[in-house]
Amino acid sequence: MENQSLAVQIDDLTVAYNYKPVLWDIDLSVPEGVLMAIVGPNGAGKSTLIKAILGIIKPIAGTISIFGKPYAKQRKLVAYVPQKGSVDWDFPTTALDVVMMGTYGSLGWIKRPGQKEKKIALESMEKVGMLPYKNRQISQLSGGQQQRVFLARALAQDASIYFMDEPFQGVDATTEIAIINILKELRKAGKTVVVVHHDLQTVPEYFDWVTFLNVKKIATGPVKDIFNDDNLTKTYGINYKVAVNK
Amino acid sequence: MQEYFNLLWTDYTLRTITLGTAVLGAICGMLGSFAVLRKESLLGDAISHAALPGIALAFLITGAKDSGTLLLGALVSGLIGTFWIRGITSKTHLKSDTALGLILSIFFGFGMLLLTFIQKQPNANQAGLDKYLFGQAATLVESDVKLMIIVIGISLFVMLLFWKEFKILLFDADYTKTLGFNTKFIDVLITFLIVLAIVLGLQTVGVVLMSAILLAPAAASRQWTNNLGTMVLLSALIGAFSGVFGTAISASQNNLSTGPVIVLVAGAFVLFSFIFSPKRGLLFREIRFRKNRTDLKLMKTLQFMYGIAQDHENISHPHAIRILNNFQGYTRDSLKKLEHEGWISIDGQQWAMTPKGYKQAQEMYNQQKK
Amino acid sequence: MSNPQIEIQLIAAIVAMACAIPGVFLVLRKMALISDAISHAILPGIVIGFFITQDLNSPLLILLAAFTGVITVVLVEFIQKTGLVKEDTAIGLVFPVLFSIGVILIAKNANDVHLDVDAVLLGELAFAPFDRLMVGGSDWGPKSLWVMGSILVITVSLLLLFFKELKVTTFDAGLSSVLGISPVIMHYGLMSVSSITVVGAFDAVGAILVVALMIAPAATAYLLTEDLKKMIWLSVLFGVFSAISGYWVANILDASISGSIATTLGVIFLAVYLFAPKKGLISVLYRQKQQRIEVSLITFLLHLNRHEEESERHINHLQEHINWQAVRARTVLDLAEKNNLIEIENDVVSLTEKGLAFTEKSLEYIINNKDEKIEPMKEDFFLFRG
Repeated sequence: MENQSLAVQIDDLTVAYNYKPVLWDIDLSVPEGVLMAIVGPNGAGKSTLIKAILGIIKPIAGTISIFGKPYAKQRKLVAYVPQKGSVDWDFPTTALDVVMMGTYGSLGWIKRPGQKEKKIALESMEKVGMLPYKNRQISQLSGGQQQRVFLARALAQDASIYFMDEPFQGVDATTEIAIINILKELRKAGKTVVVVHHDLQTVPEYFDWVTFLNVKKIATGPVKDIFNDDNLTKTYGINYKVAVNK
Repeated sequence: MQEYFNLLWTDYTLRTITLGTAVLGAICGMLGSFAVLRKESLLGDAISHAALPGIALAFLITGAKDSGTLLLGALVSGLIGTFWIRGITSKTHLKSDTALGLILSIFFGFGMLLLTFIQKQPNANQAGLDKYLFGQAATLVESDVKLMIIVIGISLFVMLLFWKEFKILLFDADYTKTLGFNTKFIDVLITFLIVLAIVLGLQTVGVVLMSAILLAPAAASRQWTNNLGTMVLLSALIGAFSGVFGTAISASQNNLSTGPVIVLVAGAFVLFSFIFSPKRGLLFREIRFRKNRTDLKLMKTLQFMYGIAQDHENISHPHAIRILNNFQGYTRDSLKKLEHEGWISIDGQQWAMTPKGYKQAQEMYNQQKK
Repeated sequence: MSNPQIEIQLIAAIVAMACAIPGVFLVLRKMALISDAISHAILPGIVIGFFITQDLNSPLLILLAAFTGVITVVLVEFIQKTGLVKEDTAIGLVFPVLFSIGVILIAKNANDVHLDVDAVLLGELAFAPFDRLMVGGSDWGPKSLWVMGSILVITVSLLLLFFKELKVTTFDAGLSSVLGISPVIMHYGLMSVSSITVVGAFDAVGAILVVALMIAPAATAYLLTEDLKKMIWLSVLFGVFSAISGYWVANILDASISGSIATTLGVIFLAVYLFAPKKGLISVLYRQKQQRIEVSLITFLLHLNRHEEESERHINHLQEHINWQAVRARTVLDLAEKNNLIEIENDVVSLTEKGLAFTEKSLEYIINNKDEKIEPMKEDFFLFRG
């Protein structure tokens, strides 16, 4: 494969928490413009993989490149939707304010967000259907609405690659539909989206690429080619059907 | 009261002290907000205790008594304490509460050892070191206040300059990192400002009560606003007011040291806010809770009536009130309320559903089916 | 040694023991700061008790003040439950306010209450032998010795009686409910004992040293053992040792005894923090360095195992793809070679048979989430460690 068409390329990535191995010698390529799900059992290192790509965790070994260059040089091409539970939602701030944070990266140090940034943030909120809640305190939003705020924040980053950590975790039907629509829209616009996903049943419906991960990479490729019993068993063990039906 | 204000204008010392406590309250309130939001409320307590040996050592080494030198010592030892706490929690399995309590008590004990040692020295012109234990606002002089104003100016400048960075780091540190900000730098900057504020307050309120001056204004202001900027501003105001008011009370009474009075004033703010804040306060929470409960009862009664009315062709067919007796949620009071809403009409011992009430009950019924 | 000197050391040692025991449980339950809160918040209780009894060592005063301590805990927990402020802010708010009330009570009644805030906070062990228990005209020894002695006896008997219950509720609250042990009763029991100990001890050693005596020995012991019984014994040992050596240091420097005891506790903690065999800083840092190299080594071996093609196994690849600094690459390569896990031919690295066996075994463990088995396996394969 040509390097140019690869949104993310990972070589020999090893990550350990307190020197306990979490990811081992991962090679992974994400072609540009795909909607990829990363699936695997709990503790498989899915979130860790994303965090390592984004430079939140320092890997022990390996190289990661975004469109052929290291992450530090390509930050503006990358957006991130962390797990909803990773922040304190009682923080004194409004939904709009959180979405505005998506523009901070392009602003850089010290410069304050202005009208232009506000416009971007409002547009992003509109896309996820959160415009009516823009002045709500974030603790007064439902779990699904909070998730959409995070999604809007990533949209405000206006990136080429989106990394989302369990965006469907514990959300209502409205939010699920909103997220799927956004995913489709992003794909239409030629963006690359990598999603840590839990619900195996919806993988074929929502995504076109999939990566099976369990400490090692098991398989990666188009859903229609590799989303099969063989790979599921390799990733989840013989009892994977329990995981599917959960 | 009038007399006190006259005194405030004419008495130079009182004016200095009042200004000093006001500025101190403001700076602590402002930076305390960050400490509270970072869930490092008790770090302030540990830092203030950890600063004590620094003061004593600074005196032992330089022999100087001026606040500047002593505060520098306090700053250094406060920072050592802070980073040691972090070292303990990150490198061992001891938890933060143990690390805080440990550093707090050991540094304080060491400080006491040094202070008592100094007192026994022949050249002990040490008068004044004790004030750092409980604080003595009365010892504030103009140069101290000037120092405070400079520090608050610098803190304010840094805070405004890095406002965006402070906010995003406090809310979501990992995300901040992915955007390319140097989170360690922002973190150290915030910590440094907090330590600076604490050290500055030692002379006025003392080691023991310092943490309350830091926490109370922030805990109170958090109840009134959902905006970080407003919260910081409000904390600063509450802090400043506690300082001024506390000084006034202690100056007008005999034998009252300023520190504890300021703490009590700030504590009163917290208590008031906890109870009376319209959105989060306990009082309104209880009222809302009760109201919801009555609403629920009302709705249940309405639904029961709906069940009866449904069986008749004319929904507004009157029924005897006593048939409601079998239904538990019903009281005279709730009937009156239902009538007040226009959902039923009451005529003597009979009630009838209005079309409006019928519609309301129907909607509720449909909603439940969903 | 004069008589008062022996008595002071005896009191200090008993206080240290009485503090160390509840301290262990506070540290294990992540409630160490409650001791700080209690030790300050009891002040108003002491003052009010003093109004009534006029005697700092009266049992009534101790109970009253200890009750204030328990109230503090209840108050803190109530504020935490409202969710208005985050966890430890509640502690940070409650105890300074109560302490301030105490200070003001003392100041307003300075004529009636011969209490000195300094004394409450810092204690003065040197004066403890002068307040003596007189029964029918005969001298029974210092009062505080009797007070702390009784508290210690109570604490030890409660510990022996409820050791199992305390252990279960501390380590597994869920299991304790199944076994029918109420964690709530144990919790408030511990809080009551801590309060009584703090009140009994503050007079001798002061409010802040009480915190040091409760937390420091337990924290130090926790760095050396995770066995509850050993931890209690070690804490008692550290407490008593610091109490006695602290006394002598204070004697030499002519300085505060309580400050000196706290400092000794600090020095012991520092030494253990740095040099403890497994949990100490130096050992942790050394082990981290070793593990970093060994994890790198396994990564490298797995990489070799996975790739047949020579280009992936070329020495330069280590630097390019795996992205290691030259130094680390060298260390890893040397270590692998020394342990006969790899052989290098024309700058192309291959696994030896031993290397292959090691790699496949570790791979199996990693995938089955049995990382803990890798460590003992290293003992079998490695002649040299990182």
